[in-house]
Amino acid sequence: MPDELIAVAMSGGVDSSTVAALLKREGRALVGMTMQLWNQRRLPQLQSEGPATGRCCSLDDVYDARAVAAQLDIPYYVVNFEDRFEQTVVRPFVEEYLHGRTPIPCTLCNNHVKFDQFLEMADGVGASHIATGHYARVNYNERSGRYEMRQGRDLGKDQTYFLFGLQQEQLARTLFPLGHMTKPEVRVLAASLGIATATKHDSQEICFVPNGDYAAFIDAYFAEQGISRDAVQGEVVDTAGNVLAAHDGVHHFTVGQRKGLHVSPKTTDHEPLYVIATNSLTQQVVVGHNDELLRAALIAKDVNWVSIAPITEPRPAQVKIRNRHQPAPATLYPTADPARVEVRFDQPQRAVTPGQAAVMYDSDLVLAGGWIE
Amino acid sequence: MLYFDNNATTPIAPEVLAVLQQVQAEVYGNPSSIHRAGQEARRCVETARAQVAQLLGCDPKEIVFTSGGTEADNLAIFGAGPGHIVTTAIEHPAVLSAAHAHGDCTVVPVSSDCLVDPDDIRRALRPDTRLVSVMHANNETGAIQTLVRHEGILFHSDGVQAAGRMPVNVRELGVDLYSITAHKFNGPKGVGALYVRDGVKLAPMLHGGRHERERRAGTENVAGIAALGAAAALPLPNVKALRDRLEQGILARIPHAIVNSAAAPRMNNTSNIRFEGIEGESLVIALDLAGIAVSTGAACSSGAVHPSHVLTAMGLTPAQAKCSMRFSLGRFNTEQQVDTLLDTLEKAVARLRKLSPVYTNA
Repeated sequence: MPDELIAVAMSGGVDSSTVAALLKREGRALVGMTMQLWNQRRLPQLQSEGPATGRCCSLDDVYDARAVAAQLDIPYYVVNFEDRFEQTVVRPFVEEYLHGRTPIPCTLCNNHVKFDQFLEMADGVGASHIATGHYARVNYNERSGRYEMRQGRDLGKDQTYFLFGLQQEQLARTLFPLGHMTKPEVRVLAASLGIATATKHDSQEICFVPNGDYAAFIDAYFAEQGISRDAVQGEVVDTAGNVLAAHDGVHHFTVGQRKGLHVSPKTTDHEPLYVIATNSLTQQVVVGHNDELLRAALIAKDVNWVSIAPITEPRPAQVKIRNRHQPAPATLYPTADPARVEVRFDQPQRAVTPGQAAVMYDSDLVLAGGWIE
Repeated sequence: MLYFDNNATTPIAPEVLAVLQQVQAEVYGNPSSIHRAGQEARRCVETARAQVAQLLGCDPKEIVFTSGGTEADNLAIFGAGPGHIVTTAIEHPAVLSAAHAHGDCTVVPVSSDCLVDPDDIRRALRPDTRLVSVMHANNETGAIQTLVRHEGILFHSDGVQAAGRMPVNVRELGVDLYSITAHKFNGPKGVGALYVRDGVKLAPMLHGGRHERERRAGTENVAGIAALGAAAALPLPNVKALRDRLEQGILARIPHAIVNSAAAPRMNNTSNIRFEGIEGESLVIALDLAGIAVSTGAACSSGAVHPSHVLTAMGLTPAQAKCSMRFSLGRFNTEQQVDTLLDTLEKAVARLRKLSPVYTNA
């Protein structure tokens, strides 16, 4: 294996730079690649003054990645995945919002770009493995004959919520060298390895959406693609069906949201209102009180069984329904379709949001993940 | 490194490098100075001017030195003054972007063999047309264009790919303006020239001193210009036999390979070939990791590859453009290198096709 070529996905950030430096120190044969995913000059109405670093594919990040590759003396290329990214991430992202769901583009990107097209590219250039800076761990379980994925040791940085779609053959070829490290350890290591990006800020938000304003992004994308705003406008109603206000588009709302509703309840109480559902057929946004947000169960669809085979009988688990969600104790119930799982929580959970993922754990082991119906 | 990307740039020739180093080290005068140090620098510049004039078949006073092909193209376009411009879809960005930045322009299409129909140019002319710009040889396909001058309209040709590689005579071509750059014919980067026919009025883009007959201000890049002259004095490379060996070898050994622009008169160093069912980007990287430099598409600012605008202008689909590779030879390539390229390429294409879900003929 030491002679086998590894393709390192290099974003220009400290994590992937450290991955490259670590593997280089181990004497592995490397090729560094930066995926060009999105043209930042598109949608000019979203451009702001100031640095564009920390968003995907900015020239500064490519410059940083190239500089690190040069420092490590490894071959380096920028590969153009813009077409695939638009088809499999950006377009579904916009369409999910239009259907009243709250999508996770990072998972789509992992499933369709980073661990799919990038693996194909690795194949094409003769690399047997890929390595990324994700905080997750993979091991092979001899008894079950499966690759298992576990949460990153740094639970604050753990990215398994976004990686539940990985298939066995993808896990077999993927290295996550940072999975057993904490972020502070990575920064210390990066500094000790003399990596130029050691002190660079983390990127936080959705990479192609400036300033996290996804509604503005969708509006700009509509304008570019000539999509009429009429299709998304509708009414804000309460749970009894009373119309409280008009709204500019279902994509401005997500389940659990309180701010920006611009409505007051018809009832006499003064409890705050939250979005409890959106209906893509009627374009209606339903608002209600906090207790109406609680759900005791959910159905996960398109479930990918990561570390274990599909269950045939109920089993306990901890389930995350948002990236920042504390995993909630639950029981998984199989259905006739192994790709559909019913999750029954021990305690009702707030804001179960269609379009988000339900990722099922046994302690740090990722059992499975699917999309909330 | 086996280098087959001579249309991007060429390695400097040893005799050119010797001139560059010698002049840079020893000739420090300013060609505009009165003293003998300045006179020596002036001699270097004027010797080079004569060498470049010899290469292009013109008078030395018709040569304006520039920082390269892009500046020569921009000087031709902006120096021509206001008015409508007619150019073609296969121009280098140095012409296309400059023409758009200049203002009103008509871009005429090309045939599927990368040839501009002179009648299309004629039909695009208007009473206010000031300049026609048609490249001499195309960088992607090597297609050599038929250049036709129209009376009363300035005629520019971007000769960056042609000059120093094939016989060029600007009088016979009938052009008013002709751009060249040293690094395409084994000279250094950062120096080029614009031929400006005697009598053509050209406004400067760079304002300052009265250098280059008031057409290009700025202290001359003396060593670079001397090296450009030395490169212009090299014999033309003859790589046709090597190119044919490469092209025929590919067609014989690799199925479903198609030569782009095959029916056009082509530069004898260029072969643009599409390999159905592969990603050109992967093939370029795989070959590079194997020590072989070729090219595909056009690099954007990040360095990522986009489909070539030349190939799509010829009517190729984006997928066809993406699977097209450019092999461009130069004076230092050898038969043995071509054979190594053929062996490596055959294996790489076969491997990529085995991985490709869309390629079912292999």
